[in-house]
Amino acid sequence: MNARLGARLAPYWLALPGWLWLLVFFVIPIVVMLSLSTQTGDILTGFSQTWHWQNYVNGWNEFSTEFLRSLLYGLIATVLCIGIGFPVAYWIAFYGGNHKSSLLFLLLLPFFVSFVIRTQSWNFILADDGMVLSPLKNAGLVSPEFHILSTPVAVIGGLTYNFLPFMVLPIYVALERIEPALLEASSDLYASRAASLRRVVLPLSMPGVFAGVLLTFVPASSDFVNATILGGTNTTMIGNVIQTEYFTNLDYPVAAALSFILMGGLLIGVFAYARTLGTGDILDMAAAS
Amino acid sequence: MDTVHASLTTPRTPAGEHPPQDERLPAIELLGVEKLFHSHGSTTTAVGGVDLEIGEGEFFSLLGPSGCGKTTTLRMIGGFDQPTAGRILLYGQDVVGVPPNRRDVNMVFQSYALFPHLSVFENIAYGLRRKGVPSAERSRRVAQMLELVQLEAKSDQRPRELSGGQQQRVALARALVNRPRALLLDEPLAALDLKLRQAMQLELKRIQREVGITFVFVTHDQNEALTLSDRLAVMNAGQVEQAGRPREVYEHPQTRFVAGFIGTSNLLSRRVRAIDGTTAVLEAGPDERLVVPGADLAQARVGDVLDLTVRPEKISILRVPATDPSACVLRGTVTEVVYLGTATQYAVAVTASGDRTGSAGSSDLIVFRQNAADATDVAARGDDVWLSWRPEHSLALRPGPSAASGSDPAASPVQGESDGAQQR
Repeated sequence: MNARLGARLAPYWLALPGWLWLLVFFVIPIVVMLSLSTQTGDILTGFSQTWHWQNYVNGWNEFSTEFLRSLLYGLIATVLCIGIGFPVAYWIAFYGGNHKSSLLFLLLLPFFVSFVIRTQSWNFILADDGMVLSPLKNAGLVSPEFHILSTPVAVIGGLTYNFLPFMVLPIYVALERIEPALLEASSDLYASRAASLRRVVLPLSMPGVFAGVLLTFVPASSDFVNATILGGTNTTMIGNVIQTEYFTNLDYPVAAALSFILMGGLLIGVFAYARTLGTGDILDMAAAS
Repeated sequence: MDTVHASLTTPRTPAGEHPPQDERLPAIELLGVEKLFHSHGSTTTAVGGVDLEIGEGEFFSLLGPSGCGKTTTLRMIGGFDQPTAGRILLYGQDVVGVPPNRRDVNMVFQSYALFPHLSVFENIAYGLRRKGVPSAERSRRVAQMLELVQLEAKSDQRPRELSGGQQQRVALARALVNRPRALLLDEPLAALDLKLRQAMQLELKRIQREVGITFVFVTHDQNEALTLSDRLAVMNAGQVEQAGRPREVYEHPQTRFVAGFIGTSNLLSRRVRAIDGTTAVLEAGPDERLVVPGADLAQARVGDVLDLTVRPEKISILRVPATDPSACVLRGTVTEVVYLGTATQYAVAVTASGDRTGSAGSSDLIVFRQNAADATDVAARGDDVWLSWRPEHSLALRPGPSAASGSDPAASPVQGESDGAQQR
């Protein structure tokens, strides 16, 4: 009897480290942050728990521009990642032949260089007197005042660059799982190549696109490194605001409140996205492919 | 089902899909079709010079072991592979270079290749949608197909919710709904278990009769090919060894490979002692007699070694010499008796005295004896017996492409292989 009970509990014992991890590094910090977000006071006199929910209202009123900008930048970067990443994944999956793993390795190669360094090198490349603009300016092709750094283009470009592999990999996995006979069947049933792409490849790649959107949109919207290194005063994202509030202004409650607003916004966005696309269908397809 | 039958067979021209054509044209013609595959600098011949003619409405099978080129041949008819040389004609029109979506043939894939994201209905409607068939007609034709394959209730389900046999029928319906000029089936029953496979064989035969479309069926299963086909072609090493009606191919195998591949065969290799007209008399022991009609076909001369085959069920096993003086007679010793239910199988060692190698040796002939109501056990292990059969059941084999291409006949799945074959 005891042995059987033990066997029945074994999965829970095995999952225990995972649960502990989640508790210590997720649940407790979340609770602490939630409490922090409703406190008042300052760093010198100390903070006290006053259930001051006004922090949220103030945070939103003061930084709504940055919030919306972050979501917009994240959205544009995600769409660009799909646009660039899908053909790449498609090409590797269907035309990679024996070199698929080498090509995937090349795709991941930049990851061996630090995120910050990679972004900083874009700063060098795009600098006003950098290797791209300098020759163009000397040749008189662009005006001397023209600049890319500190513009939304630079920040969104940086986000797109940095998160592209997170889009390519899941799409590649979804495409790779498409049975080649399905494309032959489609062609046998009078579909042109374009029709096969639209009617078979695209629908079957949706689970990958869905995963890619999650992996790209969420971190891109809350990123602050690209806006810090490539952006200017007009491209501040909410990540930068939170960072400034926390480390420069030392206003922990507002920083915490801002974090929760961001989290809430992203969760709502993601659920709305899953809802429109139909999670059921996606899971169905993922299971079927 | 009568309504289905009528509407499926008649609308060939009204639907505007098939222009009027000369009925005497074969549905599919292969002329000297060759397919070479190149990889890493080496070239493999998958199909080496195949000529075939498949008539309209025929159930035609390509039968052979794996790697014999049957699937490649089918894929070339479907347009998935292009021949290296030769011509493929669909109703007289050369289709080499025409992609699958512009060919009026449809394929049932071995893996079924059903679209997992589409319902059964949409799977079947796929080809009609691509061809732009109007919605009302589309629904009607899909419904008709669902009825034909008896899956009306599964219309809204996804393929993976169906059993293997049901998926198989969806694949069939998805191809047939387009009313192709020929349906290509690539081992469609291979993934099903035995019971279901037998049920589906009957189902296929029924459907083919009802729709009257030419079926080209690839299989490695000789029973399946014999059961289903109007005609079949036995392929080996990229070549057609023999084509004909099942009975013809079974009763009159022309090559060692065909004799061995279809059914159980006894193969004997003996030197020709004399030729009387078209009948060859082969070397045999005293009291024995071994004659083969049709030796002219095998182009045998006195002194040559001739391969012959005789089917196990044609041989009588007796305790006394046969009374018929014209019969073939061999003496032997029973080495094995296996009870098979409806029949009993005897293995009989015969003395290969006239063997061309000159060395005396023996090997086993297989004999089937029906366990009829009045049948008794004629012999037990160790008994000396007489084997006899009518001379017309001795079949002279011509050296097939397999022999010409130097492949080892002993490697072919011959049951009860005997005499020379084992000493080669």
